[in-house]
Amino acid sequence: MTIPAPTRTPTGSTVLDLVLRFRALGLLLALAVLVGATASVNARFLSGQSVRDLLFAAAVTVLLACGMTTVVLTRGIDLSVGSTLGLAAYLTADAMSGGVPVPLAVLIGLLVGLACGAANGAIVHFGKVPPLVATLGTLYVFRGIVYFTAGGSRVNASDLPGGFLDFGNGTLLGVPYLFLIAAAVLAVVALFLRDYRSGRDLYALGSNPEAAALAGIPAGRRLMTAYALSGTLAGLGGVLYAARFGTVDASAGYGMELDIVAAVVVGGVAIFGGSGTVLGAALGALLLTVIDNALPVLSIPPFWQQAIVGALILAAIALDRLVALRAARALRKKGSHVG
Amino acid sequence: MSDRAPADAAPLWSALRRFASWDAVIIAATALFLVVAASTVEHFGTARNAGHIIVDLAPVLLLALVMTLIVATGEIDLSVASTVGLTGAAMGWMWNHGIALETIMPLTVLLGALLGAVNGLFITGFGLPSLAVTIGTLALYRGLAYVVLGDTAVADWPRDFTGWTLGTIGDTGVPNIVVPLIALALVVGLVLHCTPIGRAVYAAGANPVAAAYSGIAVGRLKCWLYVASGAMAGLVGVFWTLRYSSARADNAYGLELTVVAVVLLGGVSIFGGKGRLPGVLAAVVLLTALQNALRLAHVSTETLTVVTGALLIAAVLAPNLLTAAGDALRSRRRRAAASL
Amino acid sequence: MSEAVPVVALRDVEKSFGAVRALRGAGLELHAGEAHALVGENGAGKSTLIKILAGLYRPDAGAIEIDGEPVDLHDPSAAIAAGIAVIYQEPALFGDLTVAENLFIGRQPRGRLGRIDRAAMDRDATALFERLGVLLEPDRPAKGLSIADQQLVEIAKAISLDARVLVMDEPTAALTSREVERLFDVVRALRAKGTAILFISHRFDEVEALCQRVTVMRDGAHVSTDPMGEVTVDELIRRMVGRELAAMFPRGEAAPGEVVLDVEGLASAERCRDVSFQVRAGEIVALAGLVGAGRSEVVQAVFGVAPREAGRVRVLGRDLPSGNPRAAMRAGVALVPEDRRQQGLLLDLSVMRNATLVRRGRLARFGFLTGAAEQREAAEWTGRLQAKYGRLTDPVATLSGGNQQKIVLAKWLATGPRLLIVDEPTRGIDVATKAEVHRLLSDLAADGVAVLMVSSELLEVLGMADRTLVMREGRLAGELPRADATEEAVMRLATGQTAEAR
Repeated sequence: MTIPAPTRTPTGSTVLDLVLRFRALGLLLALAVLVGATASVNARFLSGQSVRDLLFAAAVTVLLACGMTTVVLTRGIDLSVGSTLGLAAYLTADAMSGGVPVPLAVLIGLLVGLACGAANGAIVHFGKVPPLVATLGTLYVFRGIVYFTAGGSRVNASDLPGGFLDFGNGTLLGVPYLFLIAAAVLAVVALFLRDYRSGRDLYALGSNPEAAALAGIPAGRRLMTAYALSGTLAGLGGVLYAARFGTVDASAGYGMELDIVAAVVVGGVAIFGGSGTVLGAALGALLLTVIDNALPVLSIPPFWQQAIVGALILAAIALDRLVALRAARALRKKGSHVG
Repeated sequence: MSDRAPADAAPLWSALRRFASWDAVIIAATALFLVVAASTVEHFGTARNAGHIIVDLAPVLLLALVMTLIVATGEIDLSVASTVGLTGAAMGWMWNHGIALETIMPLTVLLGALLGAVNGLFITGFGLPSLAVTIGTLALYRGLAYVVLGDTAVADWPRDFTGWTLGTIGDTGVPNIVVPLIALALVVGLVLHCTPIGRAVYAAGANPVAAAYSGIAVGRLKCWLYVASGAMAGLVGVFWTLRYSSARADNAYGLELTVVAVVLLGGVSIFGGKGRLPGVLAAVVLLTALQNALRLAHVSTETLTVVTGALLIAAVLAPNLLTAAGDALRSRRRRAAASL
Repeated sequence: MSEAVPVVALRDVEKSFGAVRALRGAGLELHAGEAHALVGENGAGKSTLIKILAGLYRPDAGAIEIDGEPVDLHDPSAAIAAGIAVIYQEPALFGDLTVAENLFIGRQPRGRLGRIDRAAMDRDATALFERLGVLLEPDRPAKGLSIADQQLVEIAKAISLDARVLVMDEPTAALTSREVERLFDVVRALRAKGTAILFISHRFDEVEALCQRVTVMRDGAHVSTDPMGEVTVDELIRRMVGRELAAMFPRGEAAPGEVVLDVEGLASAERCRDVSFQVRAGEIVALAGLVGAGRSEVVQAVFGVAPREAGRVRVLGRDLPSGNPRAAMRAGVALVPEDRRQQGLLLDLSVMRNATLVRRGRLARFGFLTGAAEQREAAEWTGRLQAKYGRLTDPVATLSGGNQQKIVLAKWLATGPRLLIVDEPTRGIDVATKAEVHRLLSDLAADGVAVLMVSSELLEVLGMADRTLVMREGRLAGELPRADATEEAVMRLATGQTAEAR
């Protein structure tokens, strides 16, 4: 190579771009095939009501997947999201049924989520407890607190203000408000992660923590941000859950962490940090929801749902591994050098 | 784990560390709890209740045995409870198809081993992170259990077998299950602490690269551990089904978290290379006995979830904080000495 | 210049890690517009000193002054804010981010609403690379870059900081001489603009070409600081080593015996190709070359921790299968790896466990290890090597670098190897232990062990080796018998330059 100035060759970056887009494309393709196949069996799958149900179901998952992505990017994981959601949902609903004005009750839900997330972040960063252990612990603790406060009781839809429930089940031009909120959050988080310094710092932290320390990236603040965001979004998810279902008991969101981790992994976020996008995670969440809703239409027993989720996770990580190996080989081969 | 004490840390702390390793702490705590509970909670100290506790702790203890080895190599297996569910479901299916129980039981354990081998191959063959793989098989195996049995239960198990799981040895009041529990714990304990395999397990967890440079086939070792984990889960699948006289797809649902919790609580580092089996056994006893005592004292068992979670975090947090405190003290002292 | 207030000064700095005193009274003054060389053997404390300047470590005692004012560099961002930029020996890039983003992480150019302006970022990166004469695409991911390219990205990053102080820790170790020239042009331009430069290198020709002042460190302490012209290279080496060169390498004439290792046409993972050589009983053969030339890859493929793609490896006439360290161990091969902490030791585990790890199967009785046999074995071999530690149950992490290396050596010598491969055997250890290791290797060779040694320290190669094999870009570039092996001859083969180009 004797060219004096850098020239753009169409390999390198575009290979990676393709890989990244390939994941989004692949997910879209899978979605399209699934929707197409299901609709061809039963056209009602594309009816307004059916699509609405799907978007309702996807809203909370997408929301939580956004938060989970920010945490997983830093090489972390937040297993407590289901419990946080349950706690926020119950406390919000309980406050409303006790006569607290709706905006204040919603704020309570968000603050509960924020507090849970901040607790996770503090344990992980200041306590140096591995994220898996820390959030597995808080999964139990937060859930225990819900049981504690709720006892055996639950909040019924009739105890909640009608306006709140109307919002939870209302639509704008056929699109549920809940989904609009999730989409807006998705857009904001995507922008944050792509175009802001602190967002890029999260990728840097997950990509190479030692180098991040050398570069002076404030790891503590960024980690706290990621966990707090995940917690707050789980809190918001709890509020939306209450608005959607009206009936809230201590088991709200039980076991949900698994679906969220699945969505994120299927969406192409590397479980060991540093790469992936919220858009991918959201598509992953959407795909899982579509599968959930398509099974009955395709007259596949609902019992298959979880097995399919599991198979998808395995396929996704195995595929990522393959693609990564190939990309690494391609990049090494071309290894541009000095002119 | 970063809880390595520097050589010249604060003397009190280093002395504490030497004599009170975490498993010693947890064993002492367990003993203390048993004594206190026996003297304050009615019916807790009876032989009958002790028998109940032992039968209750069997599944977690069995799963925790192999999980200890897996976590000591720096990996994790979140699919154990789902494997219990799937093997139990398969057992029910085979029973429904008229296969003799004597044939079913070894087949079930074999199936468990196969399911474990799938984990092992994904993790060591493709080099995928065990956390992600076993979250995948957690969902997959549980899902397949539902595919096999749906939401039905197979409950017509022969009395001889189900009775054995809850029975006692003659009139001693000692549950039958004690014998296999002790035997298996002994085997795993000896392998981990007194054989070259155990040394390789710790080496693989402490530093897989250095282990490979020392001629340890890290991948193969881990793969076999997953096979063992699956086989053990198959065994628990058999036990669970017979104990509750019911093969259901949701057998042992969510138990993986309890298993991981007791292993970490027992002092095994999530990063591998550290931890001893006695600590884990004590943690199993502590959690089960605690649950039992709360039930006897009519305290809601939900309280236990908070305690479990808090203990789990504390198990890792406490040594970290103490080390940090020791470090701070030491460096302050060093600075003070230097400024004289 | 030197009467002016130094931009940065370190005074009587001390730093310990556990039992290890890395710095004991180190000092340094850097002046604007001056390039200052810091020389010393591996383990002399240079890297620790740099990490203190970079804000990664806080000194236990002593002061850091900037423009004569004492400061506290409590973390890396404080050092960056104080105008100190560091190029580390080991590139530390973010593989998932683009090259441009690696340069500007945390200070990316921003457009409207505080959003990152990617176009501007790529433009700035391209401009920087042009200045360095480097051909790198700013928007490719850093993953998959060669070591040299990674190092160039690190250099570009440090330069882009427009720092008042530029610290370079062996930045040229992986670069070709043309890349080094480009780098030096840029550094000279920076120096002319008033940047203070701290340059660390093992190559004295580079030190002489670039620097005006030179400081020698030994065993964590300051030895001397002189203007470059007033001190000879021989004198510098004498100060670094702390004794006469001739006393350093106690080596008699070797009488090579049978062929122990026979390597033919070895190739491995695109990092080495077509490598053939032999090592005989009783001789020490050195593998020399630049960082990344493929030396470690050769010995890793021989030992089997890396698979080989082609070629055959024979030990005492028997073929070794590819990728099987256990077969190599059975055949009598031992490898003391390059990276003690990552490849050699289980840092959190005890001295005993480490020392007996490879012998654990042999020490078992009826399949069981009771601890007594391990204890006896560990005590014997660590004793023979005079390793210093508190108790056999102490974690190896608490030992000094030299004693850690002795534990690794003990672990392998206990197997009674016929072929001992040592990769950078004295990296990061103190002068006294270094001499012990050298004596040990000589004694082993005298006892008929075949020794294959990879080393980046030319003095060590020249002093120890009966024959020197030089590698360049994955291939053997030549072989030098002891009589012909000079610093210049080795470097000429390693860089592929003709004599007049250097």
